Amino acid sequence: MNILVCISNVPDTTSKINFKDENKSFDSNGIQFIINPNDEFGLTRAIWLQQKSGAKVTVVTVGDISCEPILRKCLAIGADKAIRIDVVPQDGYFVASQLAALHKNTPYDLIITGRESIDYNGGMVGGILATLLDLPYLANCIQMELEGNVTTLQREIDGGKEILSGILPMVIGAQKGLVEESDLIIPNMRGIMQARQKPLEVLSAFSDENTSKVNIFEKPPAKGPVKLVDAGDIDALIDLLQNEAKVL
Amino acid sequence: MSIVVFIESQNGVIKKSGLEVTSYGRAIADLNGDSLVAVVFNPESTVILNSHGVDKIYSVNTSNNKFFNVDQYSSTLANVVEREGANIIIVSASADGRYLAPILATKLKAAFVSNVVALPSSFNPIIVKRSCFTNKAFNETESKKSKTVLSLSSNAFGVHEKASSPEVIEQKFSEASSSLKVTSVDKVIDKVTIADADIVISGGRGLKGPENWHLIEDLAEVLGAATACSKPVSDMGWRPHSEHVGQTGKPVATNLYFAIGISGAIQHLAGINSSKIKVVINNDPEAPFFKAADYGIVGDAFEVVPKLIEKLKALQQ
Repeated sequence: MNILVCISNVPDTTSKINFKDENKSFDSNGIQFIINPNDEFGLTRAIWLQQKSGAKVTVVTVGDISCEPILRKCLAIGADKAIRIDVVPQDGYFVASQLAALHKNTPYDLIITGRESIDYNGGMVGGILATLLDLPYLANCIQMELEGNVTTLQREIDGGKEILSGILPMVIGAQKGLVEESDLIIPNMRGIMQARQKPLEVLSAFSDENTSKVNIFEKPPAKGPVKLVDAGDIDALIDLLQNEAKVL
Repeated sequence: MSIVVFIESQNGVIKKSGLEVTSYGRAIADLNGDSLVAVVFNPESTVILNSHGVDKIYSVNTSNNKFFNVDQYSSTLANVVEREGANIIIVSASADGRYLAPILATKLKAAFVSNVVALPSSFNPIIVKRSCFTNKAFNETESKKSKTVLSLSSNAFGVHEKASSPEVIEQKFSEASSSLKVTSVDKVIDKVTIADADIVISGGRGLKGPENWHLIEDLAEVLGAATACSKPVSDMGWRPHSEHVGQTGKPVATNLYFAIGISGAIQHLAGINSSKIKVVINNDPEAPFFKAADYGIVGDAFEVVPKLIEKLKALQQ
């Protein structure tokens, strides 16, 4: 079985976000980049399938050479092969159409994307990719079991979960729950050494189609200071919430 | 032109998020002289839409498949969009709305813009403000397609009333073609969900253990609020993942957010940034949450919260 895990290169979750070029682009100065957390949950689940049934795990990212350290990290975690589609992403559709073209060249049995990237939060690549390929898509996937090509899955919904059944090939949007935070694999020295020998293929862009563009970024306005209420004076808090904030 | 909004119901009742996308759609329609078309799934009654400015209602009965099916829902919506020649389609930020929006957009060859927080600043082309970097920033996104699907962040626009007298059309539910099928649903029906709540009560490690969660649940019950938690609390298994608020969990955009025993890691603060009023109760005056909150109490949650519950109960009597 061949699994494709789609990886996004994103700023570390603790990053302070700044913009440059008159707020037209993201300022990556001083930013540590990581594997998008939702993608890493998906990668870990794929590695389990590799360990259990010998599935072959390929990771792919759409981006310039600055994305290679996270692809090497994916290889150190256990992926068999990495692909970098050498073009700067324009929007979610652009990324999905590159991935769709890759799948048309070399079909995969299971494609895993993250629920969303933590930078642009588009939450669209998996859904667009699946629809372009006419494959089923499951968003917010919190559980997946495989029996041959039949899958049993769970989707997180508002107030609970759905249990589903499906047939491969399909696309899923991974998030926490698919594996736990404590299940994430920290690469060991052997994995890091092996990663250097594993293939990292660089492909040129398949197409140049997008549907949107970002014109400008802005940061939220600065917040005023907190109003402190004495722990013994709960009435004062209730009064502020009722009469000043008008939310009670 | 016309604007199409996707409206969900729960147990036959139209959801609040449905009224919010309707209000948002009405505002766009008024700015452009467009007509507002609502596609409502499984409503017992659509009367409430008459006071939110809808011009035409397509009512869809999905009794041939009682579970949500993204393929059928998006195809049904796409049919209405094509028939009405709509150029703007609006969905809420509910789990189902966010799930179907990119699929619908691709079927319609439309652009998709998620996390929308304001009315478009331009209509030709459509330019709209959305949140990104998990609410640490915003951007203005321009659609490059003739049709655009917008997913509106919860509580970003609010619910506004306007009288109208829409015609109601029965719309056929599209056939399913996907191999992916829901077999069962496990859902709490007697509790407010984070997505629908006006108030969210959230607890952190300061509560010391899951056995103390009655404090959070009791306060939530008094206020008709949803319950949530910080990342460590969900990682330790004290609470389910679905309650985890933050960058890898859920965003919370509510009117009032109570953080009890939560120190305020940057990822958590990002997740709640869109909430309007934030209240922190923490015994550590240095907790970063105090810099993000509107109101705060430096004190022991085990003393403050029971008193708060008691006072609120007394007020309601």
